[in-house]
Amino acid sequence: MKLVSRKHTEKFTARFFKACGFGAGSVLIALSLMLVWNAAAFFIHVKPYDFVSKTQWDPTGSPSAYGMLSMLISTMLVAVGAMLIAIPLGIGTAAFLAEYAGRKLKNMLKPAIEMLAAIPSVAIGFLGIVVISPGLAGLTGRSNGLNALNGAILLSVMALPTIITVAQDAIDGIPISYKEASFGIGASRWQTLTQVTIPAAAPGILAAIMLGVGRAIGETMTVLMATGNAIALPHGFFDAVRTMTATIAIEMGEVPFQTTHYYALFSVAILLFIITLVINMIGEYFVGRFKKFEIR
Amino acid sequence: MQQPKLSARGISLWFGEKQVLKDIDIGFQDRQITALIGPSGCGKSTLLRCFNRMHDRTPGVRLSGHCYLDQEDIYAKSVFVAAIRRRIGMVFQKANPFAKSIYENINYGLKINGVQENQRHELIVQSLKESFLWDEVQHELHKPAAQLSGGQQQRLCIARAVALRPEVILMDEPCSALDPLSTAKIEELIKNLKADYTIVIVTHNMQQAQRIADNTVFMYMGRIIEADTTPNIFNNATNELTSSYVHGKFG
Amino acid sequence: MKRKLLEYLEWGSLLMSTTAVCFFLVVILWDLASKGAGSLSWDFVSRFPENGMTSGGILPAIIGTVMLTVITAITAAPFGICCAIYLHEYAPDTPVTRLIRASIRNLAGVPSVIFGLFGLACFVQALHLGTSLLSAGLTLGLLSLPYIIVTSEEALHRVPVSIREGAWALGATHFEMVRDIVVPSALPGIITGIILAVSRAAGETAPILFTGAAYYINNPSFSLDQEFMALPYHLYMLSTQHQSVDLVRPLAYSTALVLIIVVLLLNLTAFYIRYKSSKDHATA
Repeated sequence: MKLVSRKHTEKFTARFFKACGFGAGSVLIALSLMLVWNAAAFFIHVKPYDFVSKTQWDPTGSPSAYGMLSMLISTMLVAVGAMLIAIPLGIGTAAFLAEYAGRKLKNMLKPAIEMLAAIPSVAIGFLGIVVISPGLAGLTGRSNGLNALNGAILLSVMALPTIITVAQDAIDGIPISYKEASFGIGASRWQTLTQVTIPAAAPGILAAIMLGVGRAIGETMTVLMATGNAIALPHGFFDAVRTMTATIAIEMGEVPFQTTHYYALFSVAILLFIITLVINMIGEYFVGRFKKFEIR
Repeated sequence: MQQPKLSARGISLWFGEKQVLKDIDIGFQDRQITALIGPSGCGKSTLLRCFNRMHDRTPGVRLSGHCYLDQEDIYAKSVFVAAIRRRIGMVFQKANPFAKSIYENINYGLKINGVQENQRHELIVQSLKESFLWDEVQHELHKPAAQLSGGQQQRLCIARAVALRPEVILMDEPCSALDPLSTAKIEELIKNLKADYTIVIVTHNMQQAQRIADNTVFMYMGRIIEADTTPNIFNNATNELTSSYVHGKFG
Repeated sequence: MKRKLLEYLEWGSLLMSTTAVCFFLVVILWDLASKGAGSLSWDFVSRFPENGMTSGGILPAIIGTVMLTVITAITAAPFGICCAIYLHEYAPDTPVTRLIRASIRNLAGVPSVIFGLFGLACFVQALHLGTSLLSAGLTLGLLSLPYIIVTSEEALHRVPVSIREGAWALGATHFEMVRDIVVPSALPGIITGIILAVSRAAGETAPILFTGAAYYINNPSFSLDQEFMALPYHLYMLSTQHQSVDLVRPLAYSTALVLIIVVLLLNLTAFYIRYKSSKDHATA
């Protein structure tokens, strides 16, 4: 009797866990179907080409205009700016942690970086308003410093922990024999780092950058609070901008459900979704490559 | 000769493309100790693990042939694998106590196999005595098992297996990670267990096989080369490979 | 001599970037702590907002965030752990399994605002849960799911194969082995992962923007089907949407400080559990 019930439990639990696994695996599918479903309702009214190629975004005007190019460019501008700051700092820090810092220093810096990663984006956005904005305003002589540069600085702070952690893993994964071979031919530590270690860790570092870019493009609250919210084609880092994420966040709260404007925001989301998905997949691909390297 | 207690009939096993066991036919007599010897990589541990279906969940493993416990086909569809493993206990190369107390380590097997609660304590004490561990741990039964020494841990693992009163005990190099003193204790213990159990032990230690085994099976490259009584294998081997291996010429 | 100097400069540049990263952290913490501490008081965390948010406290936002975090943990943790158990203990290595893994990893990279849209379309509208604590909690639960799965799987991975085999050899079924041997051993790691995941969720704003967070609720009931106040949303509103932003700046600072303290406390708890279990393993 006991044995029979154990057999039943075994069978039932195996099915239950399988259902959970497939359930979790299908969340992404459900999410993309939801986006496609709602975006389709928009693209009945507006040509996809117009949507991505026009810069005029005026859903409440008459006639309404749904060109999201300026948002797309703003998103890219802020993300590129963030990377210009975060990539050198992140790789430099990763190299320092992996090659230079002693155990004690590492044990202090690691939690610091984890702490930086834990700070909520809204708090970082807040600091963009109260700390960086006045600073930038003083620098440029404008009334405030809520612009693309502000957002880029904040996003770099948010992307740094990801970049540092992944890049450090990649550098740590390089076999010591590589470095010893380099020292053996008389190269200095610095030459070894820049000409042997970092090139060898390149796939992992690329993965780190990709995951950082993904984070920067998808981030909402910091850019919403710190970039000045102006939908226009930006001419430089000192212009106020509004990214795709910020547009969704601002307008979704005010738009009546099931209108063209409502569906338009889902269309912005689907584009954002595809961009981040592709970037993350590229990152995943490189992570996979340096993981293989590690095993060998 | 009487029916073997445990037997393999035409067992072949592949890890992916690589065939590790080739058409194994062997029987183990009831209440005897049989040693499986052979150079490392010959498939002796792999064969041992076939008898309690330890390969079931290893990815990439394919197996053909049959194993029998008495007359029952271990790999038959109708067999509930947990029930078979209860009847065929196993002790591993490295002691693997659970992260529980000494007492709970033994109690666990009894509990899941539906032994009545009022019988368990007796069985636990008895199995600890049979494994020569009782004198050392009787006052600290609720201490974490991880705090025991390596030899004590391995005896606990034997006690854990013995407590279930299995019919067969499989041992996979149980002494390879232990010092000589612990090894001697465990060998003594294995010889005592022979009175009640059929024991199959994989060992790379020729002296150990001679000290404890009634029968010895020599394996090489996934095949059984020779199976006979221990004195015959070590002194009058019919196969040249066997005699050169047991005399330390290779392996 | 010249080469030595160059070497110093080169390594100095690495040291500089590390210092810059630490500097960011110090600026963030120092600015919030020094300016937020001023109006932080027992009254601030124990009273309701008054006079159109210009005075009083943030108690309802604290309660809202705590409840939201609890709902997130309750909905995401069991599901996530079971999924991790499937992937690590049951799933064969087939293309379908790899697809599930890839989909979960990519889910972790989906921008949080898109989770907000999904919550809006799925929970608020399709399931008619309305803008409510439950909708927002479920949305954050989905957001946390991939983190919980990945960290739980890592924790399961650290359980040695040998003790799984030990349980099998005693006649344990696969489920008994998982329930009695593997999960208890992996539990500290799993709990660490859950706490880290919900601490992220607690700080999230974008997913709750359209799923239930409200600026001000007169008489909050804190029931599952009602809108609620939350710390991160409150900070966002105070710092950008309030009619007199400068007047409430001190309150915004204090709100930010409370939010950071909540999140860092959760993180510290997680690190403590991780540290303690690693020490237990070291003595074992």
